[in-house]
Amino acid sequence: MSSSSTSIMDNLFQRSLEDLIKGFRLQLLGESNFISRALEEIRREIKVTDLSTKSTALHKLSYLAALHGVDMSWAAFHAVEVVSSPRFQHKRIGYEAITQSFHEQTSVLLLITNQVRKDLNSANEYEVSLALECLSRIGTHDLARDLTPEVFTLLGSSKAFVKKKAIGVVLRVFEKYPDAVKVCFKRLVENLESSDPQILSAVVGVFCELATRDPGSCLPLAPELYKVLVDSRNNWVLIKVLKIFAKLASVEPRLGKKVAEPICEHMRRTVAKSLVFECVRTVVSSLSDHEAAVKLAVAKIREFLVEDDPNLKYLGLNALSIVAPKHLWAVLENKEAVVKALSDEDPNVKLEALHLLMSMVNEDNVSEISRILMNYALKSDPFFCNEIIFSVLSACSRNAYEIIVDFDWYVSLLGEMARIPHCQRGEEIEHQLIDIGMRVRDARPQLVRVSWALLIDPALLGNLFLHPILSAAAWISGEYVEFCKNPYETVEVLLQPRTGLLPPSIRAVYIHSAFKVLIFCLRSYFSAEESTLSFSAQEFSSASSSMNAFTYESILNLVNVIELGLVPLSGTHDVEVQERTKNVLGFIGMIKQDLAEKLNLQDSETEVFRVTAFMEDVFSEELGPVSATAQDKVCVPGGLELKENLGDLEEICGEFLKPVDSVSYTDKISFSVSKLRIRDQQEASSSSSPPHEASSLLAEHRKRHGMYYLPSQKDDPDSNGTPNDYPLANELANEISPDPFNPKKKPNQSKQRPVVVKLEEGDESRNPPQAKSNIETVNDDESLSRAIQSALLVKNKGKEKDKSETNPNSGQQEKEESSRIEDHQNSEKKKKKKKKKNGERSSKHKSRGRNEVASASEQVIIPDYLL
Amino acid sequence: MTCLIMLASGIHFVLLVSRQGKVRLTKWYSPYAQKERSKVIRELSGVILNRGPKLCNFVEWRGYKVVYKRYASLYFCMCIDQEDNELEVLEIIHHYVEILDRYFGSVCELDLIFNFHKAYYILDELLIAGELQESSKKTVARIISAQDQLVEVAKEEASSISNIIAQATK
Repeated sequence: MSSSSTSIMDNLFQRSLEDLIKGFRLQLLGESNFISRALEEIRREIKVTDLSTKSTALHKLSYLAALHGVDMSWAAFHAVEVVSSPRFQHKRIGYEAITQSFHEQTSVLLLITNQVRKDLNSANEYEVSLALECLSRIGTHDLARDLTPEVFTLLGSSKAFVKKKAIGVVLRVFEKYPDAVKVCFKRLVENLESSDPQILSAVVGVFCELATRDPGSCLPLAPELYKVLVDSRNNWVLIKVLKIFAKLASVEPRLGKKVAEPICEHMRRTVAKSLVFECVRTVVSSLSDHEAAVKLAVAKIREFLVEDDPNLKYLGLNALSIVAPKHLWAVLENKEAVVKALSDEDPNVKLEALHLLMSMVNEDNVSEISRILMNYALKSDPFFCNEIIFSVLSACSRNAYEIIVDFDWYVSLLGEMARIPHCQRGEEIEHQLIDIGMRVRDARPQLVRVSWALLIDPALLGNLFLHPILSAAAWISGEYVEFCKNPYETVEVLLQPRTGLLPPSIRAVYIHSAFKVLIFCLRSYFSAEESTLSFSAQEFSSASSSMNAFTYESILNLVNVIELGLVPLSGTHDVEVQERTKNVLGFIGMIKQDLAEKLNLQDSETEVFRVTAFMEDVFSEELGPVSATAQDKVCVPGGLELKENLGDLEEICGEFLKPVDSVSYTDKISFSVSKLRIRDQQEASSSSSPPHEASSLLAEHRKRHGMYYLPSQKDDPDSNGTPNDYPLANELANEISPDPFNPKKKPNQSKQRPVVVKLEEGDESRNPPQAKSNIETVNDDESLSRAIQSALLVKNKGKEKDKSETNPNSGQQEKEESSRIEDHQNSEKKKKKKKKKNGERSSKHKSRGRNEVASASEQVIIPDYLL
Repeated sequence: MTCLIMLASGIHFVLLVSRQGKVRLTKWYSPYAQKERSKVIRELSGVILNRGPKLCNFVEWRGYKVVYKRYASLYFCMCIDQEDNELEVLEIIHHYVEILDRYFGSVCELDLIFNFHKAYYILDELLIAGELQESSKKTVARIISAQDQLVEVAKEEASSISNIIAQATK
């Protein structure tokens, strides 16, 4: 008694949803306070046994969850309770809460199966609708499996209201439980001939989705769909059918010929822009081989482009970009509109125009288009500016700079990009500068000039986004110093105090480049000296003639400048900078005494000469581009077990784990020291032998665990200078083929395209493997399409039982289909004349329908086995 | 970077946001966790509310397209796939607004605030599993009023004195 009276009190004085909403607007507590108060209240009310109190509480909770992001997963069980109420208004609230908050992992999901089944069987069509709605959102594998019979029954419902919802749910059921296809497919297909536009729209929607997932499986339905395409005047339906044919035509090109004409017909006839656009998109994406259709579509696109409506303008540009790859003329025809759209106020339109413009780029117009775009970039907002820069960069670098003929121009363009105030694409520019340096020998002088201009620009140092570009510029000035006008100034720029603004890693590049410049200067000084004395120095004359000859004073000065610039850096905290600095200072330390004494420097016996020659050798190796697939070219040597379990490694190496750590540490130190002591290294007979202790450990280890080692030609691990089994990175890079250069191709070209080093294959970084959405869903899709195919097979068999016993292969099937379409077309033409034939046809249909009903009723049994 | 897996076809979600950024209605046809929902709403209303009046009604977002349209102080937004038809979705939005208008009699934001659930029910009759299921305004209006009546009758029954007495003496 007391409990029921409190429940009445709860009921009478409970705040309704409306009260809650009103309260929300009047509250002074602050939103989060108000919500937590309301939640407290809801938590109390929802536990009451009275269903109407409970459902009101749940309703309020759903409201808070939908609009204020409140978590309602805790109330899952209460939602199940509310759904079980006999009253419609409670059920509605319950189902709404369930669709809103349940997901696959909700544990109480198991509890609703029976309730949903009961409601699906309800005499009240609105309750059926609620249950269907719910199933369409939260249907899981289990729910779909258990409720397939009910859905099947509803597909045949006499109430259009229920039937169309059942059709809407079928997709979810198929997706979760592909076996349902066997049961429901026939009824679904029957509805393609429905006269009710709503039903037709729903069923076409389902096939549209199925065709998106697996076009092949819907191919056998082409005749039925074709009929809809020709007969229907409902735009919603037509848009969906067009989408299906766009998918089907991509797997069966012959279909395109059939549908092109009716699609054009719709395009000419309709005034609905959405339908026109769908026709256009279908034509340009899937029927691009049908000249007449494309022409009409492009004409429609042009109409879109000149409209004032920004939507149509955007979609017009969008359609143009789809048509561009195959029919560039369509874009060129509308070039003016595209360029005009670049200054549109809508960023979406601008972006679309930009993409289109880039699709037009070829080697003849690249400089013109880039010029236009650079001007736009200067005026644009930061986002669009960077989009422009990025598009230019990616268009020009495509396929190893395919469209670039004049690399001097392009390199200057890269330099210009760095000076655009909003530029944030430093890394890409860095990459391209270096890449061009490695690939295009002829571009190097210009690269060095551009780099020099970048390095001396004080404004760039302060911009974080441009640091990568500076890094590239520094590297280029060091690597290709032979093209440098004034190495002395280069060194000065590389070591200027303002480089302190750079991050340490880039600073290290600067120092290393300065090192390279120093070596180059010393070397050319020696060779100049040499050439004055000896006669065999002609090979140097060409190189040194362009250089301003170095005098003894200038070299001494250079060394001093470097020393002065670097000494303060030898105490920095960054190891990379410190190490580079120490390298250079160590080198200078070695040569300084000889230099100061001004001995016979050209004498090849002096220390300074030898060291310089050695360092030059170190730097002389030219770097080449590395193929993205280089790693794949390294074949796995025989006897190397990559897949064997290494579980026992722990056991074998357990005793070594600690010592290995310490050894590697001392190793590192000793190596870095030895780097500095070049002299020592040179004097030592073996240049790279590991410390003795380590090598003996290694030998012992190899003896014990030989199976984990690669087989080597010589057993002696200490042997040095053995050619390695693996090709080195640069060896791989040497497998290059110069771009096939064909001067006949462009006879009017004043400047010949320099040779661009291009690796044979896989030069472009390969596309990352397609993002696999979810393995499970993929599986689902596969099994779904398999189910559909088998369902269709059954259907075809039934239909063509007398024709052939064998399963038709796809080609044959297709022929049959096209003949069926022709049948239909013919019958279209003759419809009025030969009513009798029509009558025959329809009677055939009827008998077919009966057949199907019969076989369908057989199949109803299938799910019963499963239950 | 979270990668959303879209199961639903057609429309992935529907949002109604006021000009001040207040959410008036949300409906999710694809599975989003609660946290993601709030994030999506925040992200999108930031993008859409800041767009000027004369721009196109489509926004590219995370590889999807969001079609939106402003009616008075409310933005109606629907998220679709790249290859879906934007103009069709605009028509669906307009369709929805017309039905709301007919139901409430020149609808305004306040109607939707106070009859939040009604707006939901109407949407449910318009779309199922993210697909348009009913293109006739009349039919939707008829179905909704039939259901309203069903609820009214039940309510009267429940609040009748005899019922309360029956409950109290249970």
